[in-house]
Amino acid sequence: MPVTKRKAHEDAMTYVIIGNGVASIGAIEGIRRHDQKGKIVVIGAEDSAAYGRPLISYLLAGKIGVDQLALRGDDYYTKNKVDLKLGTTVTKIDSAKKAVTTDKGETIAYDRLLIATGGIPFIPPIPGVQGEDIYSFTTLAHAQTLIELSAKIKRAIVIGGGLIGLKAAESLHDRGVAVTILELAPRILSAGFDEKAGALAANRLKNVGIEVNCGVTAKEIQRDPKGRVKGVLLTDGRFLETDVVVVAIGVVPHSAIAKDAGIKVERGIMVDEKLMTNAKDVYAAGDVAQAMDHLSGEHRVVPIWPNAYNQGYASGRNMAGAKEPYQGGLPMNSISFYGLPTISVGVVNPPEGDKSFEVHALLDEAKETYRKLVFRDEKLVGYVLVGDIDKAGMFTAFIKFEMALGGEAKDKLINAGPEVFLWPEKLFDETWNPTPAKAAR
Amino acid sequence: MKRVYPNKDYCIGCHICELACLTAHSKSKDLILAYTVERTGEGLSSCKHVHEGGPTCVALSCRHCDEPSCVAACISGALQKDPESGRTTYDREKCVGCWSCLMACPFGAIARHPLENKIVKCDLCFDRPGGPACVAACPNQALKQEER
Ligand SMILES: Cc1cc2nc3c(=O)[nH]c(=O)nc-3n(C[C@H](O)[C@H](O)[C@H](O)COP(=O)(O)OP(=O)(O)OC[C@H]3O[C@@H](n4cnc5c(N)ncnc54)[C@H](O)[C@@H]3O)c2cc1C
Ligand code: SF4
Ligand code: SF4
Repeated sequence: MPVTKRKAHEDAMTYVIIGNGVASIGAIEGIRRHDQKGKIVVIGAEDSAAYGRPLISYLLAGKIGVDQLALRGDDYYTKNKVDLKLGTTVTKIDSAKKAVTTDKGETIAYDRLLIATGGIPFIPPIPGVQGEDIYSFTTLAHAQTLIELSAKIKRAIVIGGGLIGLKAAESLHDRGVAVTILELAPRILSAGFDEKAGALAANRLKNVGIEVNCGVTAKEIQRDPKGRVKGVLLTDGRFLETDVVVVAIGVVPHSAIAKDAGIKVERGIMVDEKLMTNAKDVYAAGDVAQAMDHLSGEHRVVPIWPNAYNQGYASGRNMAGAKEPYQGGLPMNSISFYGLPTISVGVVNPPEGDKSFEVHALLDEAKETYRKLVFRDEKLVGYVLVGDIDKAGMFTAFIKFEMALGGEAKDKLINAGPEVFLWPEKLFDETWNPTPAKAAR
Repeated sequence: MKRVYPNKDYCIGCHICELACLTAHSKSKDLILAYTVERTGEGLSSCKHVHEGGPTCVALSCRHCDEPSCVAACISGALQKDPESGRTTYDREKCVGCWSCLMACPFGAIARHPLENKIVKCDLCFDRPGGPACVAACPNQALKQEER
């Protein structure tokens, strides 16, 4: 073999990405911004190319077809020179030998490894939860199963009143199934939204005929002698008959292979500002990672789409040697319930009694609009919008760029809304009309 | 890439750029029909918005960021970064109207379509031979398209 050829081969980096979700897509795009040559291998357990995971509720509701799910175009992987191995699961990471092993018996060596394995549905230890008629709702396969099922069943109980549970409930309802939601917390959407926003959303769901039960959960799932689900005994003593139970409490980091490899895992895989784990050249991103949070500076697992892409992207850049730190994630959610849009960003439920936060809330129940602004140290740190969401991005700017709201600025923001003229002059110029040398991004 | 840069010292708040944008994105390519028929009937909207703060005005639209927050947030792949042209592209067919991009873009550059679950965002008039209509229409050169 000619020496030159071997050298060229050695120069090119091999990136291996475990998982083929949005964090993986972010990573491919981050790598390719800096490295056109390197080899990228993506190993995904699911059978399809990366798809819009949140779109499975649109699919289940019958609003879109399977052909609309793909996140990128047909030629995406070829164009980005990605060797895509679908329907393949990584079973072992050897960070000393720098190789991974798959369930197909293949061993693949890497120079840089990204663990982007996402989350797995959390199944609580309720008596009767193991067995037939229990479903999850996090993958395309789950959605397809539920589509087939919805033609055969009349009733479903959804355990979990968070985003995934509500979306499952709404979509099953659209398929003609009578749905009851059980939420242990006193209100739905307790994680990302506040009480009032949750109540407006709950009303919308109740108005279309979805039953919402808060403050209760399943104590036991009861089965007939054949093992099929009969119904659910609730913590408040009631018994609800049902054909199936959808467990949609949320996802937990899919971190087992990392743990087995001796990589540091707390709630998720711990990563530094480059998204690297404690194992050299092994990175993690997305729902599986416990990465830095922009506002608190703490490491948290925040399993949302934009964080997954951004972490993937930042890890990609850093794996390719760009040395650009991750800016930190910002919790954000945008969900609509039967046409009622809701958005929440940043800190929306400041700790009760904590005087360092200042909250301004405005509710109009008749119009179904709500706006809550949360300030700390004369800065906006969070907001909730229901109904009238058009200014959301402009509010996000104040949080993201940590703009100081001294003098009249805060009152103006509260009374007149977020205007670009409230931005500091310097930020405005650098953003919108930079001097030529400072442009870009 | 060449982006459109607004200069607030030159902007006179005449909204002509908005009308030019409306016309450029209309079917008729006629200002009056675009404004009277297509705007009211089909929800045709301008991607450009003139912001007013006291005596100051400025016309803003999508910056086609290098690392766009909207692309990171888009759950359907409707918004993507085209590595060749540098544009942040929008595929209307793919969009499901989840408003994630509208929430994530800190430049307020994304609006809801008034009638459909779709968004309205600047496309840099990529298929218009003369380049962005707003730049061409501004009477005081407050909008410049250039490489910076
Ligand atoms: C129904 C639903 C609706 C949602 N709606 C929203 C929303 O509106 N907004 C929002 O911000 N977020 C939403 N989310 C959350 C969002 O989808 C996730 O945050 C995001 O998908 C995380 O991306 P990821 O790439 O980290 O992981 P995932 O999307 O979970 O992808 C990980 C992939 O890795 C694969 N994998 C795992 N282990 C292995 C292995 N060992 N070998 C090979 N492959 C492996 C998995 O099969 C999976 O395909 C929703 C989630 C669901 C389920
Ligand atoms: S929509 Fe906003 S985030 Fe996206 S490219 Fe335009 S300005 Fe940037
Ligand atoms: S509204 Fe459309 S373009 Fe915006 S994030 Fe949702 S799917 Fe993407």
